Amino acid sequence: MGANTVTVTEASFDEDVLQSDKLVLVDFWATWCGPCRMVAPVLEEIAAEHSDTLTVAKLDIDQNPSLARDYRVLSVPTLILFKGGEPVKQIVGAKPKTALLNALADYL
Amino acid sequence: MTENVREVIIVGSGPAGYTAAVYAARAQLEPLVFEGSQFGGALMTTTEVENYPGFRDGIMGPDLMEQMRAQAARFGAELRAEDVEAFDLTGDVKSVTVNGKQHRAKAVILAMGAQPRYLQVPGEQRLLGHGVSSCATCDGFFFRDQDIAVVGGGDSAMEEATFLTRFARSVTIVHRRAEFRASRIMLARAQANQKIRFMTGAVVTEVHGDGAVTGLALRDTATGEETKLAVTGVFVAIGHEPRSDLVRGQVEVDEDGYVRTAQPGTATSLDGVFAAGDLVDRTYRQAVTAAGTGCAASIDAERWLAERAHKHAEQTEHAEQTALAPATT
Repeated sequence: MGANTVTVTEASFDEDVLQSDKLVLVDFWATWCGPCRMVAPVLEEIAAEHSDTLTVAKLDIDQNPSLARDYRVLSVPTLILFKGGEPVKQIVGAKPKTALLNALADYL
Repeated sequence: MTENVREVIIVGSGPAGYTAAVYAARAQLEPLVFEGSQFGGALMTTTEVENYPGFRDGIMGPDLMEQMRAQAARFGAELRAEDVEAFDLTGDVKSVTVNGKQHRAKAVILAMGAQPRYLQVPGEQRLLGHGVSSCATCDGFFFRDQDIAVVGGGDSAMEEATFLTRFARSVTIVHRRAEFRASRIMLARAQANQKIRFMTGAVVTEVHGDGAVTGLALRDTATGEETKLAVTGVFVAIGHEPRSDLVRGQVEVDEDGYVRTAQPGTATSLDGVFAAGDLVDRTYRQAVTAAGTGCAASIDAERWLAERAHKHAEQTEHAEQTALAPATT
């Protein structure tokens, strides 16, 4: 996908998200979801601007349904911020960039 | 600090905003378009658009919007995925504040569209994204083989309910009246669907659930009787409200917040400010009518700018003649 984000799957989730030293913002998205497309370029920007502290990971829920279930994702896009392997913040729905940054401000 | 005064700024990125941008760009007005950080407008949450002329076999809503966006960009519209924070539309030069920075223009086209309306009952906002949704195409997938509800009686309620039967075991349409605002074809389609049940004359008073939705509290509008409906999802489709918050108190709006325009035309109560699309339209609210009024707003703005330039030229000429005239004492 984008140059600044990584794609994660059920196979790589443990290593790329749960074991990561950095904060990881996981974007639970789907190909058929319009708002996911709307927020994608915003996430690319955030990933580029905060690459020192944050990884933005894309997780396709159709390809990885069990992870969506495990984290009780009932809406796409849902963004979950992981710190030290634990989900610390959940953002539901496509939001403007400033709103996303405000929601993440305590952690970045 | 501030950049030059533009000819026109367009705010919005649905069919109205992008069509205005295409026309303004082709008219050499070099429009600056604030798309918001979420481009595309209401069609981004639809699936197949079957009634936009020119697409015989239909087109996906997001694809249509990407095409419109690219078309505006092709003619040189400057597109910015940024949110407008404030407007100052009353002066001769208008300004739009984005990320704390002011952008100025002679004319402004407002095309911010509308946002989904919510029920405003206890539990609803808390459970948004946890079973409460305003977007069937986004979230229907998660309710496979479950019992869910759609609240509303218009076309979008019927469309969402019908769409949701692809996933859900049953869909109950909860509507406060006995009559439906939905068009005959949409209502008939829903009524013919085996998975759809209707519960009319009932209002939702609360959404129940802890981490996820478990049911709805309903009240019968005739008898006042309270009942419960066990559902794991509720899709709210009770209409939209115009996104006019930031311009109220400047341009005239009607009692529901729709921006008023002079008919026929797109001129608002403020000179040099034009409005188009769902922000204005309480009657049709179609992608093609939004595109149509976006086009009209751009043409209206172009003519207004030409007249303004003509007047200024006359005034300047007059002022020069006065200055050149010999002083009489």
